[in-house]
Amino acid sequence: MTDQTIIAVVAMAGAALTMALGAIGAAIGESRIGAAAIDALARQPDEASSITRTLFVSLAMVESTAIFCLVIALILLFANPFTVVVGQ
Amino acid sequence: MNLRIFGDPILFQLGPVPVTETMVTSTAVTLVLIGLAVLMRHFVRSRAEHWLAVLAFLVVESFDNLVEEIIGQRHAVVATLSGSLFLFIAFCNIAGQLPGVHPATGSLATTSALAAVVFLSVPIAGIGANGWWGYFQHYFRPNPLLLPLHMISELSRTLALAVRLFGNIMSGHLVVGLLVALAGFLVPTPLMALDLLIGLLQAYIFAILSTVYIGAAISAGEE
Repeated sequence: MTDQTIIAVVAMAGAALTMALGAIGAAIGESRIGAAAIDALARQPDEASSITRTLFVSLAMVESTAIFCLVIALILLFANPFTVVVGQ
Repeated sequence: MNLRIFGDPILFQLGPVPVTETMVTSTAVTLVLIGLAVLMRHFVRSRAEHWLAVLAFLVVESFDNLVEEIIGQRHAVVATLSGSLFLFIAFCNIAGQLPGVHPATGSLATTSALAAVVFLSVPIAGIGANGWWGYFQHYFRPNPLLLPLHMISELSRTLALAVRLFGNIMSGHLVVGLLVALAGFLVPTPLMALDLLIGLLQAYIFAILSTVYIGAAISAGEE
């Protein structure tokens, strides 16, 4: 195996691992937020607009960790600083 | 298949400046927004019962209420800033749904510029509200040992603002592109609908978070 092959294999495995672990964390966090929001909605239906707004903001903030993982995975795959781009 | 993640194709050279696709799209969105604003101002002045004038009142009123709910006072400057951020980002995201258009917010350069605007307006708002001493004092509270943590938090939240918007919009566009290449016509339609929702949501979150940061800086001296 050449160096470039090893780098490509490690980058792909790293991207897959990054995405998998990042998705687990974000999924657990978002499910907890959703459960808490439904609980709060059932207790206080009058506060629905305020709860929904907070719900969306916190969902997006938690999801951003998964998005960071996605960006890292894409950097590893498509913009890896250690791979030599053939043909340029 | 048009998959673009990082980088930006240069369309033409304007003198020494290379003009990229993102610059063209964001300028077009800005021009559309300015045109809408001028049109709305005309209707607000001449015919206040026209639906465009009503829409203008509604939008401005909702931004004012949002800022008042978050920072606890009516603040025209902050409402203008976060409202402009929301409208620009929302229009950029929705423009990405047009065929052939790559959303301007799907480029890390645009989102970094927007995050830099927020990063710079936080100390400006804080110093304007509390004075130099009152604002920079909050870096040393509750303990001077926390100064590095304060600085890291300001930098990391700016980075998070930029990367969150970029990642969401770029990945939405990427998924649609992949599905078009793999499955073809009409299959990515539900994901495009999701993209519309995510685009508006991310614009909303960007505006809310910048309002929260600026509001925290404004109330920094009141402890």
